[in-house]
Amino acid sequence: MTRKQRRLSLIVVAGLVLAAASALVLTALQDEIVFFRSPTDVAENKVTEGTRFRLGGLVEEGSVERGQGEAVRFAITDTANTINVTYTGILPDLFREGQGVVTEGTLDQSGLFVADTVLAKHDETYMPPEVAEALKAQGYWQGEEGSTQ
Amino acid sequence: MIAELGHYALVLALALSLVQSTVPLLGVRRGDARLMALAGSTSTVIFALVLVSFGALTTLYLQSDFSVVNVFENSHSAKPLIYKISGVWGNHEGSMLLWILILVLFSALVALFGANLPATLRATVLAVQGWIIATFLLFILATSNPFARLDPAPFEGRDLNPLLQDPGLAAHPPLLYLGYVGFSIAFSFAIAALILGRIDAAWARWVRPWVLTAWIFLTLGISMGSYWAYYELGWGGWWFWDPVENASFMPWLAGTALLHSAIVMEKREALKVWTLLLAILTFALSLLGTFLVRSGVLTSVHAFATDPARGVFILAIMVAFVGGALALYAWRAPSLKQGGIFAPISREGTLVLNNLFLSTMCAAVLVGTLYPLALEAVTDEKISVGPPFFNATFAPLAIPLFVLIPFGPMLAWKRGDLNGAAQRLLAAAAIAAVGGAMAASLVQKGPWLAPVGLALGLWLIVGAFSEIASRAKVLQEPLSVAWARAKGLPRSAWGTAFAHAGVGVLVLGVVGETAWKTEFIGVMGPGDRIEISDHAVTLTDIRAERGPNFQDQVVTFSVVRPNGARLPVSASKRFYPARQMPTTEAGMIERLSGDLYVTLGEPQDDGKIVVRVFYKPQVNLIWIGSLIMALGGVLSLSDRRLRVGAPRSAKAHRATGHVAPAE
Repeated sequence: MTRKQRRLSLIVVAGLVLAAASALVLTALQDEIVFFRSPTDVAENKVTEGTRFRLGGLVEEGSVERGQGEAVRFAITDTANTINVTYTGILPDLFREGQGVVTEGTLDQSGLFVADTVLAKHDETYMPPEVAEALKAQGYWQGEEGSTQ
Repeated sequence: MIAELGHYALVLALALSLVQSTVPLLGVRRGDARLMALAGSTSTVIFALVLVSFGALTTLYLQSDFSVVNVFENSHSAKPLIYKISGVWGNHEGSMLLWILILVLFSALVALFGANLPATLRATVLAVQGWIIATFLLFILATSNPFARLDPAPFEGRDLNPLLQDPGLAAHPPLLYLGYVGFSIAFSFAIAALILGRIDAAWARWVRPWVLTAWIFLTLGISMGSYWAYYELGWGGWWFWDPVENASFMPWLAGTALLHSAIVMEKREALKVWTLLLAILTFALSLLGTFLVRSGVLTSVHAFATDPARGVFILAIMVAFVGGALALYAWRAPSLKQGGIFAPISREGTLVLNNLFLSTMCAAVLVGTLYPLALEAVTDEKISVGPPFFNATFAPLAIPLFVLIPFGPMLAWKRGDLNGAAQRLLAAAAIAAVGGAMAASLVQKGPWLAPVGLALGLWLIVGAFSEIASRAKVLQEPLSVAWARAKGLPRSAWGTAFAHAGVGVLVLGVVGETAWKTEFIGVMGPGDRIEISDHAVTLTDIRAERGPNFQDQVVTFSVVRPNGARLPVSASKRFYPARQMPTTEAGMIERLSGDLYVTLGEPQDDGKIVVRVFYKPQVNLIWIGSLIMALGGVLSLSDRRLRVGAPRSAKAHRATGHVAPAE
């Protein structure tokens, strides 16, 4: 092989791998991303039944029903609207009423959000950025979170 | 007093680092050996100063001096001693100090072991390190002072986040930072090469031990973190494709590529310009990781309290360093002498493919990690990119790479013999095929891809050692001769074999865990019994206990393993009053064949409790495989070739003094 052919073969292989990778990434970005929605978005019918999305907000005070089997029911609020959630599994340690939470799952026909994931935090002062935004959008904000200085 | 001493040491270190950033470069310009040699002394003194500062903070923690904000917020007088020490880096300010300590440690090591480097290169490398050190010292002093005082001093501290009160914290951040920060040396060498305008095989030989060291630590740090999350978070997951995890994984992928491209450069003087770019990008990704973790721009399961102001500062640091480095690269790289070109079927050819796949994989992870930020900036739409994305993009790129790995070491430099390599890999292919077929016939359930994955893992392991076997002529010679030959092989050959086999072991673990794990969740009370993957689990006891700074609700189970052995296992829920925070402590029976993993959920009104039990086949192979990879790195690092001309004895050093060797 001449120098030119060698270089060409390298470029062709690199091009093929990169093209394949781009195709994979683009299709995956079409299919595999999950949108974040606030309770207000859900109330305004911005989500279709059965699609996966992330629902975030504050866990409404007094809404957590536990101790009745493995499913836990609670409500997520952004202070304007509230969505009821059911989750089967073990809640993260820092799950508490009045705290920010992000859950992932689908909405069923009755408007109940069936979560299969409740995102944990490692630190009680951490507020997920989406939740902070959603609360700001409702004019409710507890002040800057987490600055320890 | 101690706090002020620590603070003052940092300020002094900053002042000295400014000297180190400039004076040696002046020396290079003027050809003044004395000015160039200054970099060595400043590096050592800066290291001593930062060590004093770190020692001061540790002392404050040991004394529980709550007049210091950082100690007040992250410590408690009743905290066990080990967590008082590891608690030093269990928070933003302290971990930043550890980051800087490791950074200056590496500079001091370059100064110490770099006596054989050309004086101009050594001075330039240390000056570039000086820029990084100065910037980060400025960052910590301006935004994250760990020695800030509190007046009046409270009587008791707020305690360390209970999730961090674990031996994992003692090891994970230091290992990870040794990896992250270690890549700064490769960066500095690359910038120095661009400034000085010369780069050759010797450059690769000097850089490779540093890259390898950083890579070993990063490998250990990531797998340690994964194991820690696995047993501490209580969800039984070992990798979530979380932004914070990706932040450490991207430099690992780029660093692995760099490790391999540097070999090509050392052996064949090819891929020079590409290797320089990789060295810059690897450290850039380390900085990106630091930014993502500390700024809190992305939702992460591992995120701690963050401060946007610091994020902006780190972003500025990153833009300045990466932008500057890439601009310098664009300006100077074309003028570097290009290396040779080579046949596609050759050792170099496979290493290029390795680099192609690793960098593409890294790019895919980067896109997945940053896409939510980009989309939000453009459309205001908030999304998350989770495991399905990464599984769909990463796995299809990893599989061909894994298939190719055993071929690499089998092919000769310059022009390889593909047929010969394939013949020598026949045994590996046969073993892999038989293993995959056996798995497929034995285990009917699970995805069809799982046996293929197992076969791939076997292929990697047997393929890795096929190279050793063929070089030792295991089949042609009597066993004793072959053994003697194998022992005589260079350590780097063994290192390669172990590192590649480690990948195979890891693949076996990943396949077993993802394809065949089983799970039970339900309410259990004393005497209740469940069956999971041939294990019988009986709840025997629920009781309350007290720890040093927590209350504990302990649930004990009796497990009968498939072989009839009866073992107790207990899981617990702890409550830490100082932080009003509960944690879940998983109970585990760990075996090579798989883990039985028990965690507790909500207590029920009738005195029972929600219990979650997993059986995870082969999951421990994931971490054992990483350890084997790191072991391969250590073996390779101990190879004579990398030590030749490296640290010379002190006498020889003194004899030659600091006179620059002719270039």
